[in-house]
Amino acid sequence: MNATTLPTTARVRRTRATQEPAWVRWTLIGLALAFLTLFLFVPLILVFYEALKKGTDVYFAAIIEPDALSAIRLTLTVAAIAVPLNLVFGVAAAWAIAKFEFRGKNLLITLIDLPFSVSPVVSGLIYVLIFGLQGWLGPWLAEHDIKVIFAVTGIVLATVFVTVPFIARELIPLMQAQGTEEEEAAVALGANGWQTFSRVTLPNIKWGLLYGTILCNARAMGEFGAVSVVSGHIRGSTNTLPLHVEILYNEYNFAAAFAVASLLALLALVTLALKTMVESRITQPKENANEHRSA
Amino acid sequence: MSTFRQHSILPGFNLALGFTLLYLSLIVLIPLSAAFIRTTELTWEEFWFAVTTPRVLASYRLTFGAAFAAALVNAVFGLLVAWVLVRYRFPGKKLIDALVDLPFALPTAVAGIALTALYAGNGWIGQYLEPLGIKVAFTPIGVFVALTFIGLPFVVRTVQPVLEDIESELEEAAAMLGANRFQTFTRIIFPTIFPALMTGFALAFARAIGEYGSVIFIAGNMPMVSEITPLLIITKLEQYDYAGATALAVVMLVISFILLLVINLLQWWGRRRGALA
Repeated sequence: MNATTLPTTARVRRTRATQEPAWVRWTLIGLALAFLTLFLFVPLILVFYEALKKGTDVYFAAIIEPDALSAIRLTLTVAAIAVPLNLVFGVAAAWAIAKFEFRGKNLLITLIDLPFSVSPVVSGLIYVLIFGLQGWLGPWLAEHDIKVIFAVTGIVLATVFVTVPFIARELIPLMQAQGTEEEEAAVALGANGWQTFSRVTLPNIKWGLLYGTILCNARAMGEFGAVSVVSGHIRGSTNTLPLHVEILYNEYNFAAAFAVASLLALLALVTLALKTMVESRITQPKENANEHRSA
Repeated sequence: MSTFRQHSILPGFNLALGFTLLYLSLIVLIPLSAAFIRTTELTWEEFWFAVTTPRVLASYRLTFGAAFAAALVNAVFGLLVAWVLVRYRFPGKKLIDALVDLPFALPTAVAGIALTALYAGNGWIGQYLEPLGIKVAFTPIGVFVALTFIGLPFVVRTVQPVLEDIESELEEAAAMLGANRFQTFTRIIFPTIFPALMTGFALAFARAIGEYGSVIFIAGNMPMVSEITPLLIITKLEQYDYAGATALAVVMLVISFILLLVINLLQWWGRRRGALA
């Protein structure tokens, strides 16, 4: 059965007997759109409205102000470290899980997903328990004058923690669905490990890899709770963009808070646009993956 | 080795698995175990006292109550949105489908300040609710609104693929046997999508329980009234009450793990259903 073509043909063939009356259809569409408007679209529009309410001068002044620029720099730096780390991890984990059969595989997959189910606040707290002044390594770090908590290192660690699963969980089902025949053929023909990966596997998984990376990056740049616990909120030094939004907001500097927030909202919209574009490229193997799992 | 894994001619197993386990241990497992090990510094009585003070109990009630209500609303409207996106054609459908994931992509702090400005007494929506005596911002209702926002995509995205896979033959057969659309929905379609709906509900609930960023702006954060458990952890941390914060974190972690188990069981149930159908 070909799952990719079925829904379309089904939709074309749907006749009066399996179609709701027009008034039911439009009532349901209306209700759904009303709900989405209220909870999604209006908040999104409000961010840009509030950001530009006092004019573009105020808007750009809030963004090029030194503390805001330093927050932008820090956010980019943190993402530039956290995303590649999780990229390497995601590829390694997916290679081991998808290309080999071993015991405890399901447990390993669950462990990789674990950070998704941990509250962001707890994700930050656990690093304080290890690296904080009262933490396990705290006294040793203080002796050697190394700061992790209330410093960039802590922010990077907390960000890495919350974004661990993104790339791995995209690649695992994709690579499982693709099987191992192509790689086995490459090895049989004399390719070494790196050649097999870079010439056979990588071209097959590039869209899935990009998809996971886009989502991972969005979360890395937008993380608030975990980073808030370990950052210490030092303006111009350990303040990421989301934390800068909070500080401005709590100072009742709403125009500036929404101006900085609008940058993050733009990032979210770009993320969604890229995600939708990439998604169409990987629809095919993804649906195969679903079939594979239910079989 | 041969009993641990099946033979394969592909290279890199030891390196890939070794790196995966090392990375997971350093980043995830050891830090998480720190929370559990640090609580053993407390006696059982101290632990129990720390996690059952009236202020903490009030925060559980709010966190779980609001998360449950939000997940319930998302189950109803998520199903509706998924249904409309899969079954009907209307202008702007592709754009709306893409925007459903906005709560995943929008940083929670941005969602928090946007919802607060929206529902404050002088906000776009708040100004109409205030005269009716409904206060949303800085009350438990605000917590519910924020949690509804962040949980919105879960049900839509779990139900959508299942709905797409339902074969039209089943519905045609039901219609030929004399069922009306409502009967077909309640007897054929709903049972098929029910496991996915429950999974989406559980995912939204799990996410809402731990949520922090979007809630703290709109909640007002009054102890005993509108203070969520994650915020209480931060408050304790700021008062250098590490033991108290850790004890609460352990409670949250245990609940997360139980929910993770439930979600895995629900997904397994859904797959088995899918395989049988």
